[in-house]
Amino acid sequence: MVKKEYMFYPGCTAESLASGSNYMTSVESMCEVLDIQLNEIPDWNCCGASVGYVGGSELPRLALNARNLAIAEQVHPEQDVVATCAACWLGARETRDRLEEDNELMRETNEALAEAGLKYEAKQKVRHMVEVLIEDFGYEELQRHVKKPLDGVKIAGYVGCQTNRPFGIEGESFENPKYLDKFVETMGAEPVEKYDKKVSCCGGGLAFSEPEKSQALIKDIIEAAYDGGADMIVTPCPVCQMNVEIYQDQINQKYQTKFKMPVVYYSTLMAVAYGKSAKQAALGTQIIRAKQLEDIAGRK
Amino acid sequence: MSEVKIGAYICKGCGIGERLDTDQLEQIAAREGKAAIVRQHEFLCSTSGVQSIQNDISAGDVNRIVIAACSRRAKTEAFRFENVAISRANLREGVIWVRPDTEEALELTQEMAGDYLRMGCAEAKHMTPPSPHVESTTTREVLIVGGGLTGLTAALEASKAGYRATIVEKSGELGGWAAKLYRRTPHRSPYTDPQETGIADLIAAVQSDANISVQLDATITRTSGSPGRFFVDIATESGATRTDRFGAIIQATGFTPFDANKLPELGFGKSPDVVDQLGLERLAREANGGPIKRPSDGKDVRNVVFVQCAGQRSQSEGHLPYCSGHCCNTSIKQAMYFKDANPGVDTTILYTDLRSPGNGEDFYRSGQKKGVIFTKGVVKEVVPENGVLDVRLKDLILDEDVAIRADLVVLATGMVANSGVNIDAVPLDADKDAKPGEAHIEIPIESILNLDYRQGPDMPQLRHGFNDSHFICFPYETQRTGIYAAGPVRRPMDMVQVVDDAAGATLKAIQALENAGLGRAAHPRSGDLSFPSFRREGCTQCKRCTVECPFGAIDEDEKRYPIFNESRCRRCGTCMGACPVRVISFENYSVDSVGQQIKAVDIPDEFSEKPRILVLACENDAYPALDMAAMNRLEYSAFVRVIPVRCLGSVNTIWVTDALNGGYDSVVLMGCQKGENYQCHFVKGSEMAHYRMSKIDDTLQQLQMETERVCTYEVAITDIHRASQLINDMAATIDRIGLSPFKF
Amino acid sequence: MDDLNLAMRDRYRNNFLQEVEANVEEGEWAKMCMQCGVCSGSCPFGPHWDHPPQEIFMMIRANKREEVLSSTSMWLCTSCYNCIVRCPREIPITHIMHGLASYAQRLGLAPKEQPTRKFGLMFWDNIEKNGRVNESILGIKLYFMNGFKEGVKTAYKMAPVGWNMLRTKRFNPFALIPFLHKRCKKRSDIQAILRKAQQIENARTVRFGTAGG
Repeated sequence: MVKKEYMFYPGCTAESLASGSNYMTSVESMCEVLDIQLNEIPDWNCCGASVGYVGGSELPRLALNARNLAIAEQVHPEQDVVATCAACWLGARETRDRLEEDNELMRETNEALAEAGLKYEAKQKVRHMVEVLIEDFGYEELQRHVKKPLDGVKIAGYVGCQTNRPFGIEGESFENPKYLDKFVETMGAEPVEKYDKKVSCCGGGLAFSEPEKSQALIKDIIEAAYDGGADMIVTPCPVCQMNVEIYQDQINQKYQTKFKMPVVYYSTLMAVAYGKSAKQAALGTQIIRAKQLEDIAGRK
Repeated sequence: MSEVKIGAYICKGCGIGERLDTDQLEQIAAREGKAAIVRQHEFLCSTSGVQSIQNDISAGDVNRIVIAACSRRAKTEAFRFENVAISRANLREGVIWVRPDTEEALELTQEMAGDYLRMGCAEAKHMTPPSPHVESTTTREVLIVGGGLTGLTAALEASKAGYRATIVEKSGELGGWAAKLYRRTPHRSPYTDPQETGIADLIAAVQSDANISVQLDATITRTSGSPGRFFVDIATESGATRTDRFGAIIQATGFTPFDANKLPELGFGKSPDVVDQLGLERLAREANGGPIKRPSDGKDVRNVVFVQCAGQRSQSEGHLPYCSGHCCNTSIKQAMYFKDANPGVDTTILYTDLRSPGNGEDFYRSGQKKGVIFTKGVVKEVVPENGVLDVRLKDLILDEDVAIRADLVVLATGMVANSGVNIDAVPLDADKDAKPGEAHIEIPIESILNLDYRQGPDMPQLRHGFNDSHFICFPYETQRTGIYAAGPVRRPMDMVQVVDDAAGATLKAIQALENAGLGRAAHPRSGDLSFPSFRREGCTQCKRCTVECPFGAIDEDEKRYPIFNESRCRRCGTCMGACPVRVISFENYSVDSVGQQIKAVDIPDEFSEKPRILVLACENDAYPALDMAAMNRLEYSAFVRVIPVRCLGSVNTIWVTDALNGGYDSVVLMGCQKGENYQCHFVKGSEMAHYRMSKIDDTLQQLQMETERVCTYEVAITDIHRASQLINDMAATIDRIGLSPFKF
Repeated sequence: MDDLNLAMRDRYRNNFLQEVEANVEEGEWAKMCMQCGVCSGSCPFGPHWDHPPQEIFMMIRANKREEVLSSTSMWLCTSCYNCIVRCPREIPITHIMHGLASYAQRLGLAPKEQPTRKFGLMFWDNIEKNGRVNESILGIKLYFMNGFKEGVKTAYKMAPVGWNMLRTKRFNPFALIPFLHKRCKKRSDIQAILRKAQQIENARTVRFGTAGG
């Protein structure tokens, strides 16, 4: 296959020394195998995420996202914009869709962008990395690169919210999307059937501001994975990954549970299955170590 | 009657040949069944198989056919032969598909098949081929009672189908309530705005149609006869009466609006600014697109409140217990009268459950887009205060008592059917046990049809005063053959439904009058040529048949003998089941044709430990349920012998006592659901059977038999597992209580 | 009218609904709710809301302006979008909840001590200043949002989490030192865009009487 190129919107969590830096590392490894070149949007800014509305009302938030898209359009108008973070994707895609649909909003947004000499025309598609993998490669092609099948690992596919709603991945249902399970199978591992909390909310950004209420949700998400016999959880979202992984000690204290459930990204699974090292798959950055993946990565 | 020549045809297809000893069955048919011709065929329903039967018929060698193959419900097209009586021995669904294919099971399975052959031959012997009883030619004209939207539509539909129609309208003009509306709820895409009623055009079309005649200011003083030949006396205002002949009748008498004066708590009668929906239509017509004015002072209405379910969907005394179906959409439409004229008018619809049938969902949305406010709440009272109306309600979402000030309040009251005299009404003092919700709805009652039927002057009412026989399964059919109800007299409905209803009832009317001309049943046994007759010399004039006929098909002559009106009859056989002296029969279905099947079964002696269970199964639901159990290979006891019956109502208790006297260990009756939510295809047949069987215990006790031996069940067509389970349960019961003492 | 609140009489006039339609993001959808309650039943924090979305919509129609705008309910939205995808009327409920909160914030009616409000303001402040959000700064600030003393307690409680993040190189301990964390280069561009956008939006806001409708 020829090299595929995309404009890339990594987002704040992906920066080095941020919570999702491990996501970036594994995505880079995965892209190397699949011969994907990600061209980072120069000087990209934050999308506003899910609490941006508090300080930023409608038009400022649209303009904020439109700035990234306008820059991307300037650099490589022929390439799709791809995001790995659920919130970034949602913010960018919603902005694109709404502005394309509503001429008045587009006019107002461009009036604001003009302050920085920018103009947005909604020429490019905005896509999630998962869509790129499914649509531009397909499960068969993704499987072709597997060198170390993840035999004997049972994984709960936690899709969460924002990669699933309100847009979701094309062809998937809101209530029971299957793509993570298919990724898991494609990489040679076993998916948890009927994972009860597959599309439940982890609290998202409110894990910061409403920790008690959020941790109650997170507890159920982990518990359901154990109920399904999972060895680990896989997710496509950096906020989900962080929320479900890092509070397990606190949850154990509060609820007298003994959770020790690793939470990884689909890209982590792919990097390992594609034969990358533990470091290239960012396994060392797991607070709860994914021992089985480390073993597989360590095999010759 | 010609000489009985039975031909028995045994199919070996579908595994019958492998599972059964068909040579032995051939012997049974010949020796015990006295069949003149017995043939086996590899695939009887194939062209060659059917041809072999037809050849024997054509040669005059047989006139009674026994087809020993699959269920009578299968291959009906292939096994249809003219001028012969046909019996079906069910070897496939009735025997091999419900029995295990094992060596041990073989003996009992073969016995089962043998009995079905015996039964088939016995039935064939006691049937005669039915032939049409054409009394006279039919009249291809439909009488339509009522000139509202339903009647107008029905008349045009009849005309379009090539039939003449006469509309008899009580008032002086056509159009009914629909003509009094300012606009109607939309009936065409995009379902967003009120539309013209179109009534004027409809009236013009009727008036210019050469097939349709209209009689205004007219009533019906007498209706006699039966489908194909109803004789109807039509009286006009002048006092003149003439008698016309019609093939069928459509009753489109519509509704009377519920009397809002019964709702003083909602302010009706206390303030002229509280109106019902028809009152609002009047105001809207006066405004004609301009601002709607308050009746009290003529000022523009700025704040209007609609109260849904006013005096309806309520168990309170004097209220209607049912939903009238159109009123939510009507209120949305009326709120739009205000919003379309001036978006600044506040319009609030107070509802408990908003119901917007048909395309009403789009209309509801359109109302919301126009700014109509929908509030879920129960109105407690409307109090006129200083020229404004205080609407006090409980908001059911916010769970609090609140009040709205309104200039005008519109009450969405219900529809009361114009169904004439309630012929099943019980005197008031006998009605103490009446269920709540069935409260008396008092309307001035004059008969509409003035039927000279023995059973009363109008049609029976199904529920709440509406004329119908079943809201879902057999719409329009009513309980009087040849007379069809359409529109709000059948059930509450809106104008879109009325139009569908009118077309449906018209088609039913045409079906009835055409079948009457051919001497065939109209429905549900459409095309059936058989017809009940009675042996006059045996009749005791007990009148049970005339009383119990669900369709009023039987009158009495001056000596109180029954008069069967052929084309009113639906061929259910409820009269045959009712007759204590067993003088009523059909050519191909009689006390004998079933009784002889019961007798034909081989009853093993008490030492052989082989009980016999007789199942009389309604052919409409229970028998197909058993067939489907067989398709699913659900096994049941080999001791059972199933006889299909037209309706459980046709079961004569003599069959049960004869069976028990003859050594059967048990009798199981399976019929359709009875009672208020009945599914009986003949309305009351299953009910009558249950009633008759409730008295069988005395007989059993006289015979010193356990009452558990006879059971009557309601079995739906979906009761596939249950039907076979009931059989097995009875087999277990016999196992427990032992064999019948009447084995010889 | 003994047992009825006289003051409620005019509630059911439509003023607040019109205000929401004009000034709240996606507010024109508020009137389309058909009160089925699926949103309320689908909300992960639903049990914690004083007034679940279904009720909020009814309160808007019932003209309960102060009660809606000062409610803590909308602030509990986790942005999971469950309500949106399940709403049979396809109402953008999440957006309306954000819009109401944002509008309340602009009007100064939002509950002052609501933690998500504080968090969201810091978040936006971070964006306005740097163009990007730095979780590490945000986290540290968040611990101290209820004052220094509370902050020390929270920080102590959260210390194991922070330590774990630090250990796995997913937390930047030097983030508070401005030149050590990543920021957008053209911060002034971003600020100019946001300023202008806010101006345009303010200009189209419809003024409704401060009397509360």
